[in-house]
Amino acid sequence: MDDLFTTVDWSRWQFALTAMYHWLFVPLTIGLAVIVAIMESFYVKTRKIKWLAMTKFWMLLFGINFAIGVATGIILEFEFGTNWSNYSWFVGDIFGAPLAIEGILAFFMESTFIAVMFFGWKKFSPGAHLAATWLTALGTSLSALWILIANAWMQQPVGMEFDPAQMRNVMVDFWAVATSSTAIAKFTHTVASAWTLAGVFVIGVSSWWILRRRNVAMALDSIKVASWVGGIGLLVTLATGDISAVNVAKYQPMKLAAMEGLYRGSLGQELVGFGVLNPEKEAGDDTREPFLFDIAIPNGLALLANHDANSFVPGINDLIDGVSLTPEGDTINTVSYAERIERGRAAHEALRDYDKAMTQGDSTSMAEAVARLRADYPYFGYGYLNSAADAVPPVAVTFYAFRIMVMAGGYLLLFFLFAFIAVYRRPAWLQHKVVCVIGMLSIAVVWICSQAGWVTAEVGRQPWVIQNIMPTRAAVSDIAASSIITTFVMFGVVFTVMLVAELSIMTTQINKYSKKNIDEIAKS
Amino acid sequence: MTDISRLVTLPRRVVRFYIDGFRSMTVGRSLWLIILVKLFVMFAILKLFFFPDLLQRDYDTDEQRAEAVRTHLINR
Repeated sequence: MDDLFTTVDWSRWQFALTAMYHWLFVPLTIGLAVIVAIMESFYVKTRKIKWLAMTKFWMLLFGINFAIGVATGIILEFEFGTNWSNYSWFVGDIFGAPLAIEGILAFFMESTFIAVMFFGWKKFSPGAHLAATWLTALGTSLSALWILIANAWMQQPVGMEFDPAQMRNVMVDFWAVATSSTAIAKFTHTVASAWTLAGVFVIGVSSWWILRRRNVAMALDSIKVASWVGGIGLLVTLATGDISAVNVAKYQPMKLAAMEGLYRGSLGQELVGFGVLNPEKEAGDDTREPFLFDIAIPNGLALLANHDANSFVPGINDLIDGVSLTPEGDTINTVSYAERIERGRAAHEALRDYDKAMTQGDSTSMAEAVARLRADYPYFGYGYLNSAADAVPPVAVTFYAFRIMVMAGGYLLLFFLFAFIAVYRRPAWLQHKVVCVIGMLSIAVVWICSQAGWVTAEVGRQPWVIQNIMPTRAAVSDIAASSIITTFVMFGVVFTVMLVAELSIMTTQINKYSKKNIDEIAKS
Repeated sequence: MTDISRLVTLPRRVVRFYIDGFRSMTVGRSLWLIILVKLFVMFAILKLFFFPDLLQRDYDTDEQRAEAVRTHLINR
């Protein structure tokens, strides 16, 4: 059992490492493609050489990022087959179909249109080239759509039916999977956040050019476009973040409770703006205070989670006990975690009976076992838990990651507000040394914000790999932890080398192009 | 050039387009080198030696794979 836990932990760490590394590149690819397409649209409309120069320079950085990042996601698929074989089989075509569509779309759209973008300047009309650039932008977002649909299904499993004969969840309603509220919120939130990230990146790099007094006019125009894309992206990110919060409250209330460090909820629950968690507080314990220190916004969480400032938001212990409150303050019972565990074990027992009946060829007993299994299947995953406490995600990581994301998001709101005012009313501000340095440092902030968002979403949904249906410990393969440790170290080395290569190539090109004039860049 | 001859020469022109594009690249050459090395490491080393698809490797039919997963999930 200890070895299994080690295997689970290392498989988790390896998946987290590869997913987070992959996510360093993806948002920049998605966002920068849109910025480049907008710049090229201005060029096609005005035929001004400055727009062509801007298009070519930012397209070059897009190309470098794409080249280093491309195919890093394939490693995740390798891991599914080796480290997560039970999971891979269990999810069946629900995960396979979106990933296959993603692979085909990504290959055909990206290999075709990116080639036209980079090789086709003299071989296609400006309009046809622009169309290829926009289709590249569309293709990068569509690639993200399918993988995010698959991810959303894991958080809100819908549109499927479990078949014990195949031991797979079979998709019965593709549109339910593709258009679940979690899928829509996740896609829009993620893509909009990618626009924000790319906007900050363009402003940061432009700030460096301004700091060095090179191509200042081009840098200021780049900041103008980036402010619009990043600013709109941030507003959409905030709006869809609100939709995500409502979804999490509805489908993953334990995650929301962990995000807030909330153990006992109340009507009109406050929102913790900032706080320091009490490290001794544990699930099921009502004696200790959850925070050593906190600053809270009255009714904030109730409003955020339910769009009703006086509503009840359950805490970790409320969920475990299976209690909730009506708007009038009356206690009502929900399904306690003890009962969920019991029903999960009953589902396992039904599956065992099904297996036995299948071996004996007893179709009557098989049908009876399937009926029992179906009744308790919504709690199937709870059968693997030893206690209710096992259903609680790591509270500290989820709580602090969420706050890092929100605080960085708040900073970015001010950042874009300042950028808008400066670029339209006070351009001289953007040439101040301190402002340039802040612009450059903000590149790190937006990446931290983006990664913290994923940490909140993925750590917060633990222990589930499929919400309520399959915990991580059941998803993992029976393999030795040592083999995962070996590849983990290999990835660490390879990823570091590739990241250094990207940063080196990118900074070299940023420096090199800063020394060229606009005509030279446009002709490059 | 007629429509038919344009259609016939299309594959050759597409290949030519890519070849010319690769030849005219400057930064792109080192990027393609990185991509090729990366793909080689991924598919020829990692996938081949470290990341087998366990169920594909260990079982011949889908029924056997389903049975294996059922056994794992019942006994875990």
